[in-house]
Amino acid sequence: MRAWGWILYGVLAAIGLAGFILRFATGHQLAGYGSYVPWGLWVAAYIYFIGLSAGAFLLSALVYVFGVRKLEPIAPLALVVALASLLMALITIWFDLGHLERFYYVYLRPNFRSMMAWMVWLYTAYGLLLLSELYFALRRHLPRYADRRGVTGFLARLLTRGRKTPFTEEEIHRDEGILRVLGTIGVPLAIAFHGGVGALFGTVVAQDLWHSPIYPILFLTGALLSGGALMTAVYVFFWPRKDERWREISLLLGRVVLGLILFDLLLEWAEYSIPMWYGVGPEFKALWNTLFGPFWYVYWVFHILLGVVVPVLLLLALGLRGRIGAIGLASFLVAVTFLAIRLNLVIPSLVHPKLEGLVHAYHDHRLTFVYFPTWFEWSVVVFSVVLGFTLTYVLVRILPVIEGRLLKEVA
Amino acid sequence: MSELESRRAFLEKVASTVFAGMVLGGQPVKAGAEPLKVELPPRPPDGPILPELEYEDVLVRMQRDLERALNKGTIPKWVMVIDTRKCVGCHACTVSCAVENKLPPGVVYRPVIEEQIGKYPEVSWRFLPRPCMQCDNPPCVPVCPVGATWKRADGIVEIDYDACIGCRYCLVSCPYQARTFDFGENWTQDTPGQGHMPYEELPTFEWGEVHVRKEAVIPHSPVGNARKCSFCLHRIEHGLLPQCVTTCIGRATFFGDASDPESLVFQLIHQPNAMRLKEELGTEPRVYYLV
Repeated sequence: MRAWGWILYGVLAAIGLAGFILRFATGHQLAGYGSYVPWGLWVAAYIYFIGLSAGAFLLSALVYVFGVRKLEPIAPLALVVALASLLMALITIWFDLGHLERFYYVYLRPNFRSMMAWMVWLYTAYGLLLLSELYFALRRHLPRYADRRGVTGFLARLLTRGRKTPFTEEEIHRDEGILRVLGTIGVPLAIAFHGGVGALFGTVVAQDLWHSPIYPILFLTGALLSGGALMTAVYVFFWPRKDERWREISLLLGRVVLGLILFDLLLEWAEYSIPMWYGVGPEFKALWNTLFGPFWYVYWVFHILLGVVVPVLLLLALGLRGRIGAIGLASFLVAVTFLAIRLNLVIPSLVHPKLEGLVHAYHDHRLTFVYFPTWFEWSVVVFSVVLGFTLTYVLVRILPVIEGRLLKEVA
Repeated sequence: MSELESRRAFLEKVASTVFAGMVLGGQPVKAGAEPLKVELPPRPPDGPILPELEYEDVLVRMQRDLERALNKGTIPKWVMVIDTRKCVGCHACTVSCAVENKLPPGVVYRPVIEEQIGKYPEVSWRFLPRPCMQCDNPPCVPVCPVGATWKRADGIVEIDYDACIGCRYCLVSCPYQARTFDFGENWTQDTPGQGHMPYEELPTFEWGEVHVRKEAVIPHSPVGNARKCSFCLHRIEHGLLPQCVTTCIGRATFFGDASDPESLVFQLIHQPNAMRLKEELGTEPRVYYLV
């Protein structure tokens, strides 16, 4: 099983690396999007990853801010996953830029009327906040590793300035206080940046489907659901000690995931049913195309069947009755198929022509309203996923993320 | 079919009336007399309708308007007017624009939308050239994260190709889809010849700047940028009309200063048949259509 995992990792890493090299060698030429559908898989993947990050972070906030002690063991891991997902999101959207080398212009000459400028600034603040939260969550364990050789020992000495005496109760209490403050700043920050991503789409008056006040809310619920489901799956499958406490936490997380699936479905019902009710107009056409157009399976198979029906059945029939593996599987399905929801947020509005007949005005493969991600685009997304996984894995290997210890010690 | 028949019947009636008039009315026709002089009414392209009016090509008039606007000392208000009744769908404007700005494949500033009305045989076509609308409330401007695009005092929405990061948020935000992204493709790409054609290596003078595009790991702008119609700002600055205006074979495109009541465009946009696209969005386009 373990060997197969590494083989899979190797294959994905090779694909990702190929995508990475191609992106630099050929720019955007191998991508399937054009000028009438200017955003594609990378933007969808980016809002997917950033949602995972916000969701995982808000889960950690349950512990650090709202004092849900029961979830305490997974809080540092949630921070690590949030950090890795943030990196995945930023690298994906960085690849999407036409001029990679000019990304820092957003810092040098920001236009704060643009939701995109806000987003970048808020991410930066959020990234720094994640790093400092991780520092204050983990540094109490570090003196134990000060004598070690290798990266762990080096980091332990560096981050505690060579301290070898363990942290006192008082100091740990103070760190908890700092964590509460940081988390309290982090919660509105996470809501702002992810709601902001929703607003980035929602404010665009030219896109009939996006221009809806429900978008920021939809993005936030999606973040909670996808990030929560990812954390649940990671916890159920990869937590080294599968004891009674693990069962309890898994059951709690399973119930949270079930509730969020249903709540997200409710919002989606609002999103679809209101504009479709009259059965006319551009929103209706675009939504109809999402449901019954050429890519109907993205909605019905990947989202409804594998992302809602199967997970809900798994949770109700098995998971919440004590089969913890089913909770993990259901959560894994929700987390992975959430990309389908993100794709259906980004693409359907773009493939709907804004001026009838424009497509026949000038013929070019970049000037069509048909979009399907190319292999190249998928491979670049795979690169981001491999990078995020690697970062998470390395961090749990070299830092005492799990129950204050390294992965090797707990396993 | 019935329409055709009635048309024939109508023509027959008219013709017989005319011939009857020729025979019955006027002087009796004598053999050997001088042939009857029929004075035809003058037709517009051949000469003035009224003898005291000089016929003048609208391009000459607009050229004069343009010079006046550039010399008057205040900032002009540039507008474009497109007479859809005169557009024949020849795409000369699209092509001349691509030549003027050396546009690569996939980048187009002024496509002409063709719309078929009805079905064969009861069918007609209508054409709608679509330059950048240079909106007074441009949705593409506030979304730019780095402020690389802005509304100029003369009304033109400008892009700084050296600041644009290529995020394409402005493409997504334009209700007229008037912006296109330069993917770095070339006309000679995937063709048997070697290297680029000379026209692919010429600089563009858009926005009054010199840019030579080139695809590379760090592409040379405007590759990797959002691009769009500039109303040929670089030509205006030198006293020339936009390329699409001068090349319109039907004289269907007009350009000038809307703050000058003497200008042709001022008079055209104050007609009741002047319309703008997607008025309901409040973008206040600077391109008017005569319908």
